This record gives sequence, C-alpha cells and structure tokens, in this order.
Amino acid sequence: MLQNLCQKMFGRSLWVYHANSGGCNGCDIEVLNVLTPYYDAERFGIKLVGSPRHADVMLCQGPAMRATAAALRRAYEAMPAPKLVFAIGSCACGGGVWFDTYSVLGPVEAVVPVNYYIPGCPPRPEAIIYGVAVAVGLVDKKVAPVQFRQAPFPIPRYHPEDLRGSGELVVYEKAEKV
Amino acid sequence: MSVLSKVKETLVCLRAGRVTLPYPAQPRPTPPAFRGRPIFDAAKCTGCAGCANNCPAREILIIDLCQEIRILQYLGRRCTYCGRCADVCPEKAITMSREFETASGRSADVQQRLDLFMSTCQRCGRCFKEPSLLEQLKLKGYRLDDLQHERWIFRAHAYLPGDPVVDDIPLELD
Repeated sequence: MLQNLCQKMFGRSLWVYHANSGGCNGCDIEVLNVLTPYYDAERFGIKLVGSPRHADVMLCQGPAMRATAAALRRAYEAMPAPKLVFAIGSCACGGGVWFDTYSVLGPVEAVVPVNYYIPGCPPRPEAIIYGVAVAVGLVDKKVAPVQFRQAPFPIPRYHPEDLRGSGELVVYEKAEKV
Repeated sequence: MSVLSKVKETLVCLRAGRVTLPYPAQPRPTPPAFRGRPIFDAAKCTGCAGCANNCPAREILIIDLCQEIRILQYLGRRCTYCGRCADVCPEKAITMSREFETASGRSADVQQRLDLFMSTCQRCGRCFKEPSLLEQLKLKGYRLDDLQHERWIFRAHAYLPGDPVVDDIPLELD
C-alpha cells in the first residue's frame, strides 16, 4: 500500500507550466502559494518550468478569451505528448462571472481539452494540492452529482374512470396513490 | 569562524522546525468564515427561484416542467462562492458549507439537481404571483432556462436556433 503510494508519489515528477489566459491574478497567486515551502508542492515532484516544451502539466487560469485563445492553443500544442491540463478556478472551469461578455469565449475547455477541474474563486492552495493529489492518485475524489426528488414524476392524479362500484358504495381504486 | 557560522546555521534550522503542511495526509481545517460550495437542502426549498435570479454567475438554472414540478439545477462550475444565494434564500435552504475539496475529473461532479414539487394556489392555479410588467423587465427569464444544454435564456426577443426543448413555448436566446 505504502509502496504503491510512494511509487505513485515519486515515480515521475510533474513539471508544470503556468498559463494565464486572461484571469485576474487571484488564481496565479494561489498557484504560486502552492510552490512556497509552507505548502511545498515539490514533495510531489511538482516543479514550475518556464516553457511549455518542458512541461507535463499545464495549469490554466482565466477563461478562454478572444485575444489569448490562439496563444493558449499553441502553448498546449507545444507540450510533449503525455500531457495533462488542469483548469484552476471558476474562470477556467466554467467561464467565470463574465462568461457572457464579448471578449470571453467560455471555459478553457473551449480551446484545449481539460483533464481536471479545480473550481473555486480562487481555490485554496489546499484545494489545488488536493486536485493534484487526485490526479496523481494519492486521494480519492469526494464530490459526486447530487439529485433529489420531492415527488415522483408523473404525479398521480384523480381520474374518474378509476371509480369502481355504483350507488352508495363507490371506491376509488388508486386512492393511496393520490 | 566558518565552523561557528555552520553551527549557528544548524541551530537556526533546528529552531525553525518543520514548516511544511502535511496536507493530503492530514485534513486541513478551514477558518470559520470560509465559504465553500453551497449545499441545497431540498426539504426546505420552496422553489421561489430567488437564488437563480440573484446568482451573478447565473449558475442556478430553473425550469418549470409543468405547474407542479420545478427543476432547480446548480451547475457549480463557474460558481464564485459569493454566498448571495444563501443570503437571499428566505427558507435558509442553501448553506455555504466549508467544503473545498471539489476537484475532480468531470466538471459535472459538482452539480446538484432538485426536482421540486410545487403546491399551487386553489384559485389561480399558479405557484407564485405572476410578476408584473415592470418586474418582468428586471427578471432575466429564468423560467425558460435550457437545462438540456445547460444554458439560460435571458431575453425574450431573440429566437433560439435548433430544436425547441418545449414544444409549445418558443425558446429564446440572446
């Protein structure tokens, strides 16, 4: 168990490239916070590199914008083949608060395929570490879609044709369902 | 001199101790004022759609399937955790939890969907009072949200290309 974990931890290092395609710098600050000695992402082998040609992972912040979409696409295509893309923050995951403005094309997945989503505005540094740990396989993901129903659908209704009997004793067949 | 400086350096390092946070191995408590993802309580929700009208990111979609069934869907991808929905909710059905570990490989994992049963008025047959003309201008047409394609329709004058979702209502998009 521990060996498996260690192999997963130290088996290969993730070199990350940090691409901001028009965010507000909130997520940038949190990502740089992760790389400080307090959070110490280098114990997972995560290292920040300056060029997408050296990188395994692209950390995307900010929505896909009209001005930067082509550059983001080029940076993605410049990465060598086994590559991961993390969408960090609400803007990269879903387009952000200004998702419907002229200059915003939408989430980052409109331009590059995204492998992991880390929502938050900005996400905590722990949330980013958690997302990386989910990707590496250290922890399991905790969220799942929730659906709740207050009433069965279709709603049972009163139908006069379900009335049985005649005269004084008239019984409605599906009385407990109404 | 150099040996002394090394000893001094060692002492400084020893005094500092370990500063790295052992986060994924140990849980990390959040501060009490932290706003994580909102949790929708279906038992308390009355379906007034105040959250959908006040969400700045328009992440809460509402559609009325019929007079009695209203679907409220929280997508959560571009939610900024501002807490406005929790503030505006009259029944306190939305609570901002302190849960931040929402990273996953699918963006649909954070969504919540409530199928609400709406009681109707005995006289008029509606769930709520119909908004006046002035209020209709302020509303963004949440009743025509397109849940299938997870998008919302905010103006009533443009025509939605493609198949209409509800046959008798012409769905409209900006």
